[in-house]
Amino acid sequence: MITIKDLKASIETEEGHKEILRGINLQINAGEVHAIMGPNGSGKSTLASVLTGREGYNVTGGSVEFEGKDLLELEPEERAQEGIFLAFQYPVEIPGVSNTNFLKTAINEIRKSKGMEPMSSVEFLKTMKEKAKLIGLDPSMTSRYVNVGFSGGEKKRNEIFQLAMLNPKFSILDETDSGLDIDALRDVAEGVNKLRTKDNAFLVITHYQRLLNYIVPDFVHVMFEGRIVKSGGKELALHLEEEGYDWITEVKESTVA
Amino acid sequence: MDKISQENTDLKMKLIEDFNNFEASLNGQSNEEIHNVRRDAIAYINENGFPTKKFEEWKYTNPANILKNDYVQAFTVPEKDLSGIDVSEVLAESNANVLVFVNGRYEISLSRIVSKGEGIFVGNFAEAYKSHKQLIDEHFSGLAKNEKGAFTAMNTAFANDGAVVFAADNVQIPEIIRIINIADARTGTYLSQPRNIFITGVNAKAMISEEFFTVGENPSLTNMVTEVYCGEGSMLEHYKIQNDGANALHVGSTQIRQAADSHYSNTTISWGGKIIRNNLQAEFAGNNTECHFFGLYLLSGKQHVDNHTLADHAMPNCYSNELYKGIIADKATGVFNGRIMVRPDAQKTNAYQSNKCILLSEDAMNYSKPQLEIFADDVKCSHGATTGQLSDEEMFYLRSRGIPENDARAILLQAFAEDVIDTVKDEYLREKLDKKLIEILKRTR
Repeated sequence: MITIKDLKASIETEEGHKEILRGINLQINAGEVHAIMGPNGSGKSTLASVLTGREGYNVTGGSVEFEGKDLLELEPEERAQEGIFLAFQYPVEIPGVSNTNFLKTAINEIRKSKGMEPMSSVEFLKTMKEKAKLIGLDPSMTSRYVNVGFSGGEKKRNEIFQLAMLNPKFSILDETDSGLDIDALRDVAEGVNKLRTKDNAFLVITHYQRLLNYIVPDFVHVMFEGRIVKSGGKELALHLEEEGYDWITEVKESTVA
Repeated sequence: MDKISQENTDLKMKLIEDFNNFEASLNGQSNEEIHNVRRDAIAYINENGFPTKKFEEWKYTNPANILKNDYVQAFTVPEKDLSGIDVSEVLAESNANVLVFVNGRYEISLSRIVSKGEGIFVGNFAEAYKSHKQLIDEHFSGLAKNEKGAFTAMNTAFANDGAVVFAADNVQIPEIIRIINIADARTGTYLSQPRNIFITGVNAKAMISEEFFTVGENPSLTNMVTEVYCGEGSMLEHYKIQNDGANALHVGSTQIRQAADSHYSNTTISWGGKIIRNNLQAEFAGNNTECHFFGLYLLSGKQHVDNHTLADHAMPNCYSNELYKGIIADKATGVFNGRIMVRPDAQKTNAYQSNKCILLSEDAMNYSKPQLEIFADDVKCSHGATTGQLSDEEMFYLRSRGIPENDARAILLQAFAEDVIDTVKDEYLREKLDKKLIEILKRTR
């Protein structure tokens, strides 16, 4: 589904160019869940930003192919229309824009890009009710302004609700567990599990292993200083949890040596 | 006092000549009481001339740019051509009073009055002067005094038509009154000077909308004055919607006096016109009044809109609240000058003011000036001004859900503007304004 080859990206800082991604290689197929773990500052969120087209990042090398298309050529909205979704680490509050109008506009823009007619109001409301129930989102939240006055848990749940509504092919969950207590974490993870199919794929970015108890990945990758330094099965996450990230430094040094 | 420029002198001479012609055309009416008021006004202009940009009040809006065209006063031109003037969209609001003025003159054939009966007058100035002479004599220029400035005095000197709304004590006018001012700029370069008087009696209620449109491409200047008298315990909703054309100029002065326990709310929406100067001044002459000023200016090209407001707290326990929002693109300029005066007797005053702007280009400007003068010690007053750009984070969030950049921008700007549009209580009008807002935002970059 998505093939990332030797992806390099940098940001502009006051001290000049700073390279954050230093050659990422990753292949994710339909039906798979991949997790990326790593210490703070290893480039996990930058990878999410570069894949979704956030401004402020310069891609300096490599390629990303999504379903045969050069992803890096596309505008953020075009990527979404192709089926890419980002559940934000810090969902943005948008006063004055209701969740309902926002989602209806998004769904219909995506449909328009595929040459489809807009969704009827009846169908939209029905879908919204269904998905809210599936995710366990209080239906009254849908009429409120996007994320305004939502608790941390409600914001994250709203991200997963949007994921359910937009039904993307490839979803990136950027630290969806951060700021959640254990109950909220379990609820959100259950929501994600209900959305897994053989046709879609997930990239779960997390600092801690605990989310992966609930969303069980097929592959775990460890990121450090802008590279994937180790890949393995779900047991790699447990290993990290026990050993901590110091261990990575050693892995990296031994790899270099 | 600044030295009066040569152009100013020429303009003065021309106005005096116009006034003499105007007076001659009045025949017997020149002996009326209100004509003495007009004479005082032309004398005031003769003595004081017009302000220049050196005046603090006109620092950001140069009066010379408003006065420089060689205008012909619309009243001097007897012929009129109403073909091509279409007010069907306004008349489509079935239960609305519609008063149409073309270049400041009432057009009965385009108008429709639905509110009639005991204690109600909705009509034009000339009609009111016949049926309610005493009322007009008592209120004409009671608030819009010459000291308010030369533009106000100029309007007074030539005041001969406009809209009059009167709701007697305990009378509620259920239907909205829409006053449609059309600048016909198809053939000449005209100066129109409509004069409105709105009076609500004790516990009376009304809703009035002043709306401005232009046909044709010539420059035009509308110099209007509206005097608003709110009786005790009365409620008045007042809107000003500025839809004028690209070469239309507007100077408007709205003077309000609120008696005790009255409620007045004004919403001014400016999105059409080349140069606009709105003066909106309310004086609280009794206890427990409530006053709201809402404004929205949505500007592009080289448009220039200047809102000057005054909340004059002369009595205790009054509440005033102002919210002005601007969306400014290209090389357009917004000005907000909000003056709050709290006089020594005005204890327990609550006065709030806020000006928020979004600038969409490097060259867009907004000058925001709060001006609080507080002479009482037990008051709550606050002001705030913010100017910024659209949030990159919000834009990215919307785009990451598949919404194209232009639509995402329009959604955010609409959300920003919506709380001002929402203050318009007439549903039909509000829906039209919403539609217009979206239409403008879709082409705003």
